Amino acid sequence: MRLRLITLLTVCLLLCSGTLQASVTLEAFTFTNVDEEQRFKDLIEELRCLVCQNQSLIDSDAELAHDLRAEVYGMMQAGDSDAQIVDFLVARYGDFVLYSPPVKPSTWLIWFGPFVLLLVAALLLFRSLRRQQQAPQQDISDADRQRLEQIMTDSNADEDHQP
Amino acid sequence: MSRYLRYLTPLLLFLLLAGLLYRGLSLDPKIVPSPLIGKPMPAFTLPRLADAGATISDTDLKGKVSALNIWATWCVSCRAEHEVLLELARTGKVDIYGLNYKDNRADAQRWLTQLGDPYIANAFDADGRTGIDWGVYGAPETFIMDKDGIIRHKHIGPLTREALEQEILPLIARLEAAQ
Amino acid sequence: MIPELGHFALILALCLSLVLAIMPMTGSLANIPRWVAMAKPAAWGQFFFTAIAFACLVNAFLSNDFSVAYVANHGNSLLPTVYKVSAVWGAHEGSLLLWALILSGWTIAVATLTSNLPAVMLARVLSVMGMISIGFMSFLLFTSNPFERVFPVPLEGGDLNPLLQDFGLAIHPPMLYMGYVGLSVAFSFAIAALIGGKLDATWARWSRPWTTVAWVFLTIGITLGSWWAYYELGWGGWWFWDPVENASFMPWLVATALIHSLAVTEKRGAFKRWTVLLSLMAFSLSLLGTFLVRSGVLTSVHSFAADPARGLFILIFLLIVIGGSLTLYAWRAPDVTSGGRFSTLSRETLLLGNNLLLVVITAFILLGTLAPLFYDAMGWGKISVGFPWFNTMFVIFTPLMVVLMGLGPMARWKHQAPAELLRTYRMALLASLAAGILVALPLLHDGSPWAGLAVFLSVWLVSSLLLSLRQRYRNRASIGKLLKNPAARGNGSYFGMVIAHLGVAVFIIGVTFVSLFEEEQDVRMSPGQSIDMAGYTFRFDGVRSVQGPNYRADQGTIVVTRAGKQEAQLTPEKRTYTVQTKPMTEAGINAGLMRDIYVSLGEGLGGGDWSLRLYYKPFVRWIWLGGLLIALGGLLAALDRRYRIGVRRYASTTAPASRKSLAPGA
Repeated sequence: MRLRLITLLTVCLLLCSGTLQASVTLEAFTFTNVDEEQRFKDLIEELRCLVCQNQSLIDSDAELAHDLRAEVYGMMQAGDSDAQIVDFLVARYGDFVLYSPPVKPSTWLIWFGPFVLLLVAALLLFRSLRRQQQAPQQDISDADRQRLEQIMTDSNADEDHQP
Repeated sequence: MSRYLRYLTPLLLFLLLAGLLYRGLSLDPKIVPSPLIGKPMPAFTLPRLADAGATISDTDLKGKVSALNIWATWCVSCRAEHEVLLELARTGKVDIYGLNYKDNRADAQRWLTQLGDPYIANAFDADGRTGIDWGVYGAPETFIMDKDGIIRHKHIGPLTREALEQEILPLIARLEAAQ
Repeated sequence: MIPELGHFALILALCLSLVLAIMPMTGSLANIPRWVAMAKPAAWGQFFFTAIAFACLVNAFLSNDFSVAYVANHGNSLLPTVYKVSAVWGAHEGSLLLWALILSGWTIAVATLTSNLPAVMLARVLSVMGMISIGFMSFLLFTSNPFERVFPVPLEGGDLNPLLQDFGLAIHPPMLYMGYVGLSVAFSFAIAALIGGKLDATWARWSRPWTTVAWVFLTIGITLGSWWAYYELGWGGWWFWDPVENASFMPWLVATALIHSLAVTEKRGAFKRWTVLLSLMAFSLSLLGTFLVRSGVLTSVHSFAADPARGLFILIFLLIVIGGSLTLYAWRAPDVTSGGRFSTLSRETLLLGNNLLLVVITAFILLGTLAPLFYDAMGWGKISVGFPWFNTMFVIFTPLMVVLMGLGPMARWKHQAPAELLRTYRMALLASLAAGILVALPLLHDGSPWAGLAVFLSVWLVSSLLLSLRQRYRNRASIGKLLKNPAARGNGSYFGMVIAHLGVAVFIIGVTFVSLFEEEQDVRMSPGQSIDMAGYTFRFDGVRSVQGPNYRADQGTIVVTRAGKQEAQLTPEKRTYTVQTKPMTEAGINAGLMRDIYVSLGEGLGGGDWSLRLYYKPFVRWIWLGGLLIALGGLLAALDRRYRIGVRRYASTTAPASRKSLAPGA
């Protein structure tokens, strides 16, 4: 089934073959301080390698990824803000270059979907709890009911520590 | 009835999923559509492939229906589409310009000499920066521009006769007829 | 000759699958005992011929028979023997054959190890498994024949992808497949129960150990995959939320919900319909994963060569199996009677709540995985849903689950008074909060609130386990009983729970701490140069060339010291394999319980200088340690003697073997 197998796709359409790259090193970009390096890493983590099979720019060894990383670095050195760099790439490659979808009305489904699902699940839970508690109960005398409760609590005490 | 609906929900959800997957079989997840369609083509000024001293820029492509083909000698599919490009050039219906992408000048020139040259002129993009401006992510790619230099179509992958007949040539005819 | 034999064996196996699928089921419905009795022999026959086919393919690889196309593509005479064998399942066709083999193996396991199950029920279970076999066998024979010949015969094979020439990755697929296929047993039990109309605690008791064992294999498979990615891929990543990874994680999540749900159905007779639905869903997700990996519908670093034609075949198979099972569910589930009632606060509700959370998590993972496809299909453009999104969502939802997990062990069945629960957990809650805040404070730089949260959750889990242990062994008599007879009924399940939940706590610490506190440097080093990081000194001693069995490598030497004492000498390599020449990295790792030191070789920069990546990864091993603990817990639970003793006594006395004869639904 889903073998962690990579086929050597001889896809010449794309700049890199579809193999998982096992030899990635970031180019020797120099940064003046740690914060700047971290900013660079944060940026390229959020950008997608377009020719690769589901990798971000920080993971990919494809040529285009090299070029795009150089582009991001160049823009950072030129003083562009994060937003400007991202907009630059989105203008040329579309939303797909963002590794995670942007938050806009068309992607609300993705960003709010999980929480909607959670709400639906909670609703289902409460409804089914109420339904099963309202199930008709047979009439038994109070004395019998008390006896039953007693028995139930006893057996419960044992059961509680059985998973 | 609503009782049964509750139990039918998993099946209904699955059928929707199956429909989506079926549709997915005819889609290619690797194709990235271009956001540049409908926008003016990115400006560029690059040295020519044939003559490093001369330049070519986007203005050279304006004023007529033109095509820009991104290609390189290291790209195997470009070799495959070359025949089709030559055919397109022979029809004379569109001016084909080339963007030689991250290639070796000597190799590229030799290629054109050996295999035929369908291009009016070739721009030499050594570092690929112009390619990035055009949103190139793989070779070959072909852009079709109208007379005002607005990008109207991007063909991803090698051109085929099919694509030529069904998409490219009709589009060129429409663009020619406009205004 | 032998490949043809294998091919023929496969055809015979398909024929027997047809017999297995049709006759016992029909016999059980039309009351024909002779047909019902055909189940076991047919199952054995199916296994026998599938095994022969598999052996033939193994033989083709071992004897370097490049006239077989599959061997020509993936085999090589220079390949070490162990990888010649693992190459059998290294690509699409062979891995399908492995699937079929494992499926027929589980079928005979069910046939032989459940001799006390009523013959009619067993016949139905085996028939359903036979139907699934038909699907895989036909898929093999009609679209993906591993025995196809190629002419002219190449002199040498294309070699197994170097990334797969690794022991961890050799056993990772078999482990995963054991898990996926194992879930088909739960599926088949559910179908058989729906057909028979008897969905009671007995069914749950039968289903539970099988499901748990499948779940254990799946846990091991996923843990192995993560560990492999870490040491093999060269940059220390261990989970990528890649579609294929998600395709293995989703069945695991649902299977986790299932084993807990089965517990409730077995004990209290409640959740019957929900448990059945989960049984159907778990295997359905396994099959969905098969589709996603082999159809080309999604981009993934893991997918096989995409072939939409094959994709269509699998999709039709999905429609028949999943569509059919859900239709059966829609038809029969309404008639299933509900079991024991329970209050709004009770162990049942907590378990149900967690079940739902697990399903919600599964649902949003499915959402994120399929969203790009959905948007593309609707014409809304191309979007990418990557690692950051999945991580964000997962990190938001998991704490909710862990909180409920902590409350579960001490909550009473049927009815739990809130005040009592609060009292029980007061100290545990305080301790967890204190620990969390303590961790979050001193390191008040970026990310430490998350560390605090992780510590809070882990301490919460561990304290809940301690509370439970104290309650169960509150007097010397109970401890004495445990020591005298550790393998008594119920102990396996209980300690399995303890260890598995402990594993989750360990996992949370591992994941959070390595993500927050790992350190990394990309450097250029000359021979003899030293660099300091995370309190360690890394000295680069240059690179030399070495020769392996089927590769040549540049091997670097890095000596790692701490306060003057040598900690490790690491030898990362950059290998170029003889046949598939794309360079591959082998990282140099010094593993430790509390931290890994990890170095990977980059590029030679001339003059003896090399670019290197240096990592300090604290607590990273806790990730897989947690996974192993979880698997171990499951194994203990599955081996609980009550499944074996209870079963036999049930058969002989026809009365429930459980002591809890007063509890409804037992």
